[in-house]
Amino acid sequence: MVAAHHLRIHSIESFGTHDGPGIRLVIFAQGCQFRCLYCANPDTWDPHGGREMHIDEIVQLAISQQPFFGKRGGVTISGGEPTLQRVVLLELFQQLHAAGINTALDSNGRLLNDEVKDLLAETDYLLLDVKHINDDWHKQLTGVSNESVLQVAAYREQTGKEMWLRYVLVPGWSDQPEYLHQLGRHFAHYKSIKKLEIQPYHRLGVHKWEVLNMPYQLNDVPPPTQTQLNEVATIFRQYFTEVVIN
Amino acid sequence: MDAIISTPAPFATGRWQQHIDVRDFIQQNLTPYTGDASFLEGPTKATQQLWQLCLDALKAERDNGGCLSIDTDTISTITSHAPGYINRDLEKIVGLQTNQLLRRAMKPFGGFRVVDGAVKEKGQQVAQHVREVFEYVKDHNSAVFQAYDPEILAFRSKGVLTGLPDNYARGRIIGDYRRLALYGANALIAAKKADKLAIDGELTEHTIRLREEVSMQIKALEDIKAMGAMYGLDLSRPAQNAQEAVQWVYMAYLAAVKEQDGAAMSLGNASAFLDIYIERDLQAGLITEAEAQELVDHFVMKLRMIRHLRPGAYDDIFGGDPTWVTEAIGGQLADGRTKVTKTAFRFLQTLYNLGASPEPNLTVLWSNQLPEGFKAFCAQVSIDTSSIQYENDDMMRECRGTDDYGIACCVSHQEIGKRIQFFGARTNLVKTLLLALNEGREEKEGTTLLKGIAPLEGEYLDYDAVMANFKKSMDEVARVYTKAMNIIHYMHDKYYYEKAQLALIDTDPGIDIAYGAAGISIIADSLSAIKHAKVKAIRNEAGLTEGFEVTGEYPMFGNDDDRVDQIACEITDYFFAALRSHKTYKNATHTMSLLTITSNVMYGKMTGATPDGRLAGEPFAPGANPMHGRDVNGAIASLNSVAKFDYNSAMDGISNTMSLVPKSLGHNKAAQVENLTDLLDGYFAKKGFHLNVNVLDRDMLMDAYEHPEKYPQLTIRVSGYAVNFSRLSKNHQLEVITRTFHENM
Repeated sequence: MVAAHHLRIHSIESFGTHDGPGIRLVIFAQGCQFRCLYCANPDTWDPHGGREMHIDEIVQLAISQQPFFGKRGGVTISGGEPTLQRVVLLELFQQLHAAGINTALDSNGRLLNDEVKDLLAETDYLLLDVKHINDDWHKQLTGVSNESVLQVAAYREQTGKEMWLRYVLVPGWSDQPEYLHQLGRHFAHYKSIKKLEIQPYHRLGVHKWEVLNMPYQLNDVPPPTQTQLNEVATIFRQYFTEVVIN
Repeated sequence: MDAIISTPAPFATGRWQQHIDVRDFIQQNLTPYTGDASFLEGPTKATQQLWQLCLDALKAERDNGGCLSIDTDTISTITSHAPGYINRDLEKIVGLQTNQLLRRAMKPFGGFRVVDGAVKEKGQQVAQHVREVFEYVKDHNSAVFQAYDPEILAFRSKGVLTGLPDNYARGRIIGDYRRLALYGANALIAAKKADKLAIDGELTEHTIRLREEVSMQIKALEDIKAMGAMYGLDLSRPAQNAQEAVQWVYMAYLAAVKEQDGAAMSLGNASAFLDIYIERDLQAGLITEAEAQELVDHFVMKLRMIRHLRPGAYDDIFGGDPTWVTEAIGGQLADGRTKVTKTAFRFLQTLYNLGASPEPNLTVLWSNQLPEGFKAFCAQVSIDTSSIQYENDDMMRECRGTDDYGIACCVSHQEIGKRIQFFGARTNLVKTLLLALNEGREEKEGTTLLKGIAPLEGEYLDYDAVMANFKKSMDEVARVYTKAMNIIHYMHDKYYYEKAQLALIDTDPGIDIAYGAAGISIIADSLSAIKHAKVKAIRNEAGLTEGFEVTGEYPMFGNDDDRVDQIACEITDYFFAALRSHKTYKNATHTMSLLTITSNVMYGKMTGATPDGRLAGEPFAPGANPMHGRDVNGAIASLNSVAKFDYNSAMDGISNTMSLVPKSLGHNKAAQVENLTDLLDGYFAKKGFHLNVNVLDRDMLMDAYEHPEKYPQLTIRVSGYAVNFSRLSKNHQLEVITRTFHENM
């Protein structure tokens, strides 16, 4: 149980440049129900791990950092899966908006209910991770269905507020051309999607699995090569105006 | 439109015509530039050929152990050496310190013994007739030691006071080298003669000395004319075109570095001034953009070839054979116009045309009002070359009251032509903390340096008791430090007076006396540990601290956490107030820096274990940086902590170095440029003072460490200045590599 007005966090990165526009204060929320095989932060899974931080303290940090945000930067809540703490996040986002700071939510779309909808209303940039367009593959990769992910995307499109898609490219797992095209076709008509970011799979989190005494199943999967990344980018560019390799 | 060749327009008139007033000339004639970098030109063929000759000479210098050759026969003066050239036919800007590229000259008036030692280390001998001179003549070094007392000597030998300019030139003084171009030597001599006549009335020690000093300055100006004549230049008159303006400024600077070997000898703030001449010639169709760039390239090439003769011990402290030819670029004018000109861009462009380089030490005076095109170009050049440092123009203009200033050494403000600075290196303030924990005894050998420091009772260190002892210790160190500084600068004026530079500065200028303190982040963390966790001192048989056990967590400097950041500020304010309570030689105004240069490695070696858990011998953080790896919330939180220091307590500068891998700035070049610009805007809006920006990746550095020969031009900024990585010692190189990389994934 988290105390009122507190967010359970994993860590803070004050110089985030890859999770939304400009320079961002990125708060990594603790707790996630996805079990992505390639997860670089399995230490964020346990909803009882991490530490509690009062949201006033987070707002204070953000205000202290505000001059660095320029015209584009702001605060991003990543994770872990932030929507697990949607109620306190709504409060946080309202306070950030009151201070003139824009908000981004990096979510895997685990959940869509009224509380999440309220949170999305206070979210200037939704960075939605779509792990796979095919539900079987999605389950294999993450342990859960992609149904809610697609619902969140559809809902966001309805509201007309900005959304970026994020796609982790794992060779042999999420690089099948037919599914890349399928994903493209699924989202091509979405007006809310301003950008698609390809996140190259990397192995920098492997040591965390070892520390947690969990078997890492992708030991034989190499990070994608630049050529592979470019090929995937070329496919996505048929459907999205801005595609970047993050 | 075809260029029309015409007679250059006359300069706009002003006060500068009746008085020596370069600032007014700039105000009246400047053409601010608010565009982007697209007008810039690459190197000319002549530039490429000349630079290749320089690269060859640099290789020969490296192959020869870092020193190509020494003239052991001649005491260097303004006129001591015959003209030297790289390639006379190709050079648009001429002049070398000696008759041969990279040949080093002896400047023994700072300390003959040091010069003698440096020559011997290279397996050579100082000529007998030079040696004989110092059997009759006293140098600065001997004079200082005649006036030192046992207390100063003990503080010095135990490493509490370090790097004092008591056996080498103090440097830091910036001549207004532009004056030679604007007025010519004859007009400057006439003005100095008038000044001398005006020193009248009741003659005091001060005025008598001033008359002598001005006479020496006049002699220096005559010598400068003579030096120019050797190169076929008539420096008696003002420069008449762009090429002459650059040449005249360089000749004035060359005179300074032939006479003096100060640790840091800045160029000042020349780019805006030179732009006036360049722009006028461009408008008249007398030169093209490629030719304008060529003048700047050739000038900068010369500045890169400045050398001083140094002993090996010097290089242990200031790694990388630095000269700190610091040039301040950009900034805003007091009236709101930008001081950015096309020539500001041209100076930065040299980093592409000649490749990256630590010298000249290009320092961008950053204002949030700078034109966006210039900001973006600076960010781009930083990302590509790591060869720029940044300082807060908005804050300096407001606090120091002028828009015509340079940066002395690495980070210190100096009004050009109006004020000078007495350099004072720094005290190892961490040693002072250890004195406070050890009853005033030095932590390694137990020598008593301070009296009346009470022993600390109890198993765990008590914050209030430690603070009381520490403040008392700082008071004592401030007292002894002041004594040393007053002696050093009295003697330097007397035995190694900077006549060439002072000839280009107002008579009887204002003076800042620049103290310094090293190790503030260790002190902040140590006191934070004592306050917020439990710290047990482990003592040896003699009762001296040899280690510390920290139980529990404590807030560390560098995470934007006031619980510790305010301790860092409190100590800085306290120590500066302690310094300010003492009277200074020539009534100089106190300033202080939080700076280490590359000496943070050396300071670490000389300092025992500290209550923050740092082990004996481990390096300090550079400058005012947080300790390596303790700033766990990322770069902005780290910058925010450093930005909290009050500039009024550290007007000599608060140095901060940031190493980044390119990717951490953004996923592509455009994003990187935008984010770096926002970062600089943010840091300086937060009243941060100075930032070194290193953009590089760890792999590149590791490879450079293994194969230095592959990266002859790899430049890394280290606390206040840039160095050539391959010229750092292996120790320094490792330190740079292990420093916090703000890598985020």
